Amino acid sequence: MATITAPTAGHIATGEAHAHEMSFLRKYIFSTDHKIIGIQFLIMSLVFLLVGGLLAMVIRWQLGFPGQAMPGGGVLPDTMAPDGIVLPEFYNALVTMHGTFMVFFAIMPLLVGVFGNYLIPLKIGAPDMAFPRINMASFWIAVPAGIMMIAGFVVEGGHAAAGWTAYAPLSERADLTGVSMGQILWCISLIILGLSSILGSFNYITTVINLRAPGMHWFRLPLSIWALFVTAILVLLAMPILSGAIIMLLFDQTLGTHFFGPAQGGQPLLWQHLFWFFGHPEVYILILPAMGFASDIIANGSRKPVFGYASMVFAILAIAVLGWGVWGHHMFMSGMNPTLGTSFMISTMLIAVPSAIKVFNWLGTIWGGSVRFHVPMLHAVAFVSMFIIGGLSGIFMASTPVDIYIHDTYFIVAHLHYVLFGGSLFAIFAAISYWYPKMFGRMMNPFWAKVHFVITFIAYNGVFFPMHQLGLQGHMRRIFDPNEYEFLQHLQGINTFISISAFVLFAAQFIFAINFIASWFVGAKAPDNPWDDNGLEWTVASPPPHGNFATIPRVFRGPYEYSSPLVEEDFLPQNRELPPQPAASAAHT
Amino acid sequence: MAHATAMLDDDMMAPPRGYEQGMGVYNEKLGMWVFLGSEVMFFTALIGAYIILRVAHPDAWKPPGEVLNVPLTAINTFLLICSSVTMVKAFAAIQDGNLAGLKRWLIATVLIGAGFVGVQVFEYMHLMSVGFVPSEGLYGSTFYTMTGFHGFHVTVGVICMIYVTWRAFRGKYSAADHRGVEVVGLYWHFVDLVWIILFTIVYLI
Amino acid sequence: MNWLLPPGASTFAGEIDWLYYVILWVTGIAFVATEVALVWFLIRYRARPGVRARYYHGNNKAEVVWTSVTAIAVLVLGLMSAGGWNRIKGRDSVPPNAFPVIVHAKQFEWEITYPGPDLQLGTADDFTVRNQLHVPVDRAINATLTSEDAIHSFFVPAWRIKQDAVPGMRIQVWFQPTQTGEFEIACAELCGLGHYRMRGSVTVHSEEEFDRWHRNGGQLALGQ
Repeated sequence: MATITAPTAGHIATGEAHAHEMSFLRKYIFSTDHKIIGIQFLIMSLVFLLVGGLLAMVIRWQLGFPGQAMPGGGVLPDTMAPDGIVLPEFYNALVTMHGTFMVFFAIMPLLVGVFGNYLIPLKIGAPDMAFPRINMASFWIAVPAGIMMIAGFVVEGGHAAAGWTAYAPLSERADLTGVSMGQILWCISLIILGLSSILGSFNYITTVINLRAPGMHWFRLPLSIWALFVTAILVLLAMPILSGAIIMLLFDQTLGTHFFGPAQGGQPLLWQHLFWFFGHPEVYILILPAMGFASDIIANGSRKPVFGYASMVFAILAIAVLGWGVWGHHMFMSGMNPTLGTSFMISTMLIAVPSAIKVFNWLGTIWGGSVRFHVPMLHAVAFVSMFIIGGLSGIFMASTPVDIYIHDTYFIVAHLHYVLFGGSLFAIFAAISYWYPKMFGRMMNPFWAKVHFVITFIAYNGVFFPMHQLGLQGHMRRIFDPNEYEFLQHLQGINTFISISAFVLFAAQFIFAINFIASWFVGAKAPDNPWDDNGLEWTVASPPPHGNFATIPRVFRGPYEYSSPLVEEDFLPQNRELPPQPAASAAHT
Repeated sequence: MAHATAMLDDDMMAPPRGYEQGMGVYNEKLGMWVFLGSEVMFFTALIGAYIILRVAHPDAWKPPGEVLNVPLTAINTFLLICSSVTMVKAFAAIQDGNLAGLKRWLIATVLIGAGFVGVQVFEYMHLMSVGFVPSEGLYGSTFYTMTGFHGFHVTVGVICMIYVTWRAFRGKYSAADHRGVEVVGLYWHFVDLVWIILFTIVYLI
Repeated sequence: MNWLLPPGASTFAGEIDWLYYVILWVTGIAFVATEVALVWFLIRYRARPGVRARYYHGNNKAEVVWTSVTAIAVLVLGLMSAGGWNRIKGRDSVPPNAFPVIVHAKQFEWEITYPGPDLQLGTADDFTVRNQLHVPVDRAINATLTSEDAIHSFFVPAWRIKQDAVPGMRIQVWFQPTQTGEFEIACAELCGLGHYRMRGSVTVHSEEEFDRWHRNGGQLALGQ
């Protein structure tokens, strides 16, 4: 049938196999298949996760063993670490780039680029995204952004060194940092990445709105899809703010404009307002999909419907909406009007509520369940327990007087890593191990996966829990050598302990990496539905064919009908048709 | 919008067949509306920054007309509005299956749009020659950033419009399927609307 | 893991530390309750042969209860914090007759300007000292923060005070030391390559010692 533009899903005959064989290039490199694009994002993001982790290792070497030559440090140029000893200017670039790579090139694409792409069409019953070619463009635009960001390490003056938050005027004055090209590359890279994200987001939104299979009402969507959908809206609306801010920063640096420099009336605080107006929705972008995956996996692992599905949806919406009103809590000490501080404090306290609802509902899901401790379930449960810590620690900094003391200390670093690593990254491990069989048609080795989990969980807490104490003792962030201060000298032992835990944590990730790569080739062949899950993706082969479904599925129920009395098995796929029931038992929407 | 013609088996300008009720519009149109949401936020950042800086430091701006050529830009604004009219006429033409009308009105839109950009470039060159450059205080910084990115968006719009015109000449649009025309039209109207806001707050205040 | 705060030496420390400990208790209880519940459920409801999970979709009443409790708890914490915030950072909170100083932050030091014997800043008898803040005990001090270049942040952990110094702005921060002794100033906002060594020292003197120091134009004529 004739279609002239990209095959908008409803207009291609689903189930029609491609009569022609595509070249390797069209099939795997410049693919418009959302599943391939998702895997492309996966490979790219895991590479950048490694980069971010390596940067963290150098940071921890300096903090754990200050002034000592780093093993293997000889490979670094003298501008970074002569004789393997880290320089202070390189240290500032390290902390900047660790944050930048982790936030923008690892966690965000892992959550949104990988699983948004992979799961959305499959879980809603669509053959692909609404705009497959734009989807391909979204990936291939992200790649040069990543290359540019790496390039910043080799330019003169070194990489951006003003923090991932790039506060002006430091970030725009090469005379204050010694960095010029690095910061410019940082700016351009993120503008390009922003375009990639925005292209992805409007694709996801259109797809979820318009391409849900018949019977897939809004309140039958899996929470992973709700989360990804709402996250896509946040990306759509928040990333352009960052782009605008970075453009102004870039123009200050290169065209001599005066947005943020006070010399001619510019305002440094304007940068902070713009950045955090983007930045706070950004952190919800970094956690909502993780929460969605946790819900899907915990329900499956517990063999029970999600507790309070509707509340979970409303909590996602509440977090997304309220998240726009709290940005000032990053700026309590900034010199902003204190009355504004009070209003941001109240809104920040309130946003704890929907997150708490979700935690209680995850607990409620496990309660009364029949818990299977498969690898994804382990990571999902770890997500909940670590997110509890991260969320609770946030309450300390929400209280403005307490924040006076802990702002810009390691207490904040502890909090952010508990939500981003303890939260997001464990959820990512859960999601990867859960959907790996679907993606690659192979099972990851469960024994080594569990070894990876245990070591990671223990080492992770060894790294980040003591950071609370460091912060409470007043240990500031982004400090090359805390021993300059008498009041911090007694904390060296803790810093060394953290660093050693970090090295163990990093090393343990190789278990995951080897398991990931090896299983792709020699892992046990995966059945269609290894986890006895109800989602639509598990009704097709592992991996699914191009076009996903032979015919558009018909959906009869929500995704969490585990242990239903209507059937003998403890799961009931969304598209399984049952004979008409005599007394319609509380039929769930 | 009315579907004037009989529904074909695959009505390309209806929501995807066989799926749950979404927003009731076809994918490309929904996609463009959603994308325009991101554009609103982008211009909000630039315009918001301008408002904050100007309210805090009003003396950094010259009175209207002293630096900028308001009459010329007013004419230019009128032209851009005309191009939205020609765009509407192009869309109406293809809704009725009038291919000749479509081509004519699309060409008009391209020419006027390109003309708008040309006048902007001409104005920039003049301003810079008299020393009003981006680094000229807050005034120059905000003026060039806002109008420059708007001009960039118009240019992208003109390029897309040329592409749509080319496709029109290749007979790719019909009353039954003119999605490209409608979608590029939506973008064009948005760009026009942003300009009306910018013209008011940058040139007239 | 030590959850205790180091000793405080200002009038703010009491209020801030108290708030911290209240939050510690509240979050501590929440932490224990939820984590114990989590572990308990995982053990109690682990899969056993022949036992089916409950087909249970939720409990609205329970949700209303725990949502309300959480909302009330955080709101109360917020309201408790609001008073302290106003007292410490409120624009009108600076006590009259506070001793004024200017703290001018720059890469990578603190330039502190004291009023001369006329106790007015901005007059000819002001004097400037690098990296040394001398103050009298039990008196309110009002520091005006300015910056030469980047954003810095004036942080004295013992006093529980922190305030960013922003170029182009004059920002007040006041405090009242309650103990004599030596303390440290740290910079708490990344400000460039020397950020980590932007250390200053604070000496809190008795009233008489401070008068002597001040009359001598900031000379360390008195013994260390």
